[in-house]
Amino acid sequence: MNFVQNFPFFSIILSMFSGIVSSVLPARAAKWLNTILISVVGAMSAVLLVYLMGTGESYVYWMGHFPAPWGNEIRAGVLEAGMALFFCVIMLLSMTGGRKKLLGEVEYSKHNLYYILVNLLLSSLLALVYTNDLFTAYVFVEINTISACGLIMIRQNGRTIEAAVRYMIMSLLGSGLFLISLCMLYDLTGHLLMSNIKESVAVLVSHHQYSVPLMTTIGLMCAGLAIKSALFPFHSWLPDAYGYSTVSSAAMLSSLVSKGYIFLLIKIFYRVIGFEIIAESKVINVLFVFGLLGMIFGSLSAIRENDIRRMISFSSVAQIGYIYMGFGLGTESGMTASIFHILSHAATKSLLFIAAIGLTDVSKGSRQIVDLTGAGYRNKIAGFAFTVGSLSMVGVPMFSGFVSKLLFAEASIGHTYKMLPAVIVLAISTILNAIYFMKTVIRIYVPERRKDCEVITIKNEKEYAVTLVCFIVLNVMLGMLSQPIVQWIHTGLSMFG
Amino acid sequence: MVGPNLFINYGEAVAVILFGIGFSNLLLQKNLIKKIIGLNIMDTAIYLFLAEKGYIAGRVAPIVVDGVQEVEAYINPVPSGLVLTGIVVSVSVTAIMLSLTIRLYRRYHTLDLDEISMRLKKEGL
Repeated sequence: MNFVQNFPFFSIILSMFSGIVSSVLPARAAKWLNTILISVVGAMSAVLLVYLMGTGESYVYWMGHFPAPWGNEIRAGVLEAGMALFFCVIMLLSMTGGRKKLLGEVEYSKHNLYYILVNLLLSSLLALVYTNDLFTAYVFVEINTISACGLIMIRQNGRTIEAAVRYMIMSLLGSGLFLISLCMLYDLTGHLLMSNIKESVAVLVSHHQYSVPLMTTIGLMCAGLAIKSALFPFHSWLPDAYGYSTVSSAAMLSSLVSKGYIFLLIKIFYRVIGFEIIAESKVINVLFVFGLLGMIFGSLSAIRENDIRRMISFSSVAQIGYIYMGFGLGTESGMTASIFHILSHAATKSLLFIAAIGLTDVSKGSRQIVDLTGAGYRNKIAGFAFTVGSLSMVGVPMFSGFVSKLLFAEASIGHTYKMLPAVIVLAISTILNAIYFMKTVIRIYVPERRKDCEVITIKNEKEYAVTLVCFIVLNVMLGMLSQPIVQWIHTGLSMFG
Repeated sequence: MVGPNLFINYGEAVAVILFGIGFSNLLLQKNLIKKIIGLNIMDTAIYLFLAEKGYIAGRVAPIVVDGVQEVEAYINPVPSGLVLTGIVVSVSVTAIMLSLTIRLYRRYHTLDLDEISMRLKKEGL
């Protein structure tokens, strides 16, 4: 066995242990440990990605050297390694972007607690990405929920505690459904490892046995993970949770936490149930309808919103709708588009959250869009970054959002009865996106000099500016180099099979 | 066809009904403590379901006392392991929910989530 193959296990265990060690470290040391950890895990994932690209096949890693039906397993393919790398990059940038703001938002004595939560979040995300065992996935789903809840409520005010309670209630409903569906699947198949379940499910389907319980199980599993990732009717907790937590938390919650669950759902589609069975089932039609509804209603709520951070949060609801719409198409190209949108949305949404905080800082801390008049001149880099993020969300060529919209449109074309609704809603949602994002961009570039507000230049906040530049580069890269990325997603999905 | 199966597996049926009760309590109750009770009913129902599925009538727990016997002598130990792990998880989420409830109660002196939301809107934070 090659040494590189240990890296997934190393990344999970390293991040978990750093979380534990951070609890006794002073805030400064915890900060450095966290930064180093994310960089090291990112580097390991990059090396693993290169290695897997070279060998061209995925591998299974036995935890504790017990063979297949009994032991716990980790599995790594190109898609997993690439996702882990991407999550690390986004997390690192979100942390550096909100670092200075964190001082004002969280008491200094509690900073090391914040880093514990971030490290735990990273470890649970990595475990969700790499695990090959459904029950392990459930346990890490819960760890992910707990650390996300901590990230919301570490900023102490009434709003965040209420948001955290609402978030916990919704998440617990979701994990309850996920757990019972997992137990039912265990009863139907007798296995907990993904590959073994898939074999048993294929046998059950070919013999037409237990078809109703199997479909119920699939439905419950999809519903559970959809609730946790805030698909449209279950999004009530989202605007408060993203809107009032710390900046770094909001960026990570929107771009990483919900994406972890969605990635788990993709793994369940491909590695547990089998994509053909999913594509023929009625479950994806339900996901398709709710995805479409989310795309429209998320954007409508965002238009009505006057608070810039809540507006960006509602936009997340719409973008999650896009991803589920791609699942609902039930084709390989639909899945590719959804996975690309996971990347594109993660890169753009965290950029928007971090840019928005720069804009509100130069407007006396007011988050009302009306008060942001001319903020783009007072903080040039944040204004520019917000514009880039908005253009990407709307889907202007050169930026990542354009490519994902193009992929969604391509995927829906040729579908007999889902093509028309998908394309029409895509168009409507794009227009709605343009309305609220362009409204804000125009507002921040209204030439009005306000003497009473401070001006922030790039020199004052180097770390913040560098972060935003990195985000912009990442966004443009996703938009311009889409071909190799789509190729990578295709290879990864074929390795899943 | 459905009838006899339902009566033979009455344990599972009860578990699923309890799950429904817990789920709707967690979703619909206004009082936070009642919500948490709903959460616990829901989780416990899942453990009952697992325990029902793991037990095979007339067999014993797989603890070797006088030499290893035939496989047919023992029940399936995996569901019991899952129940243990699940209990740990549900204890920790219950603890978090309770601590959040205490925080909210100290601040707003009510356990009604809707009322707290209304007050937050009035505060206009």
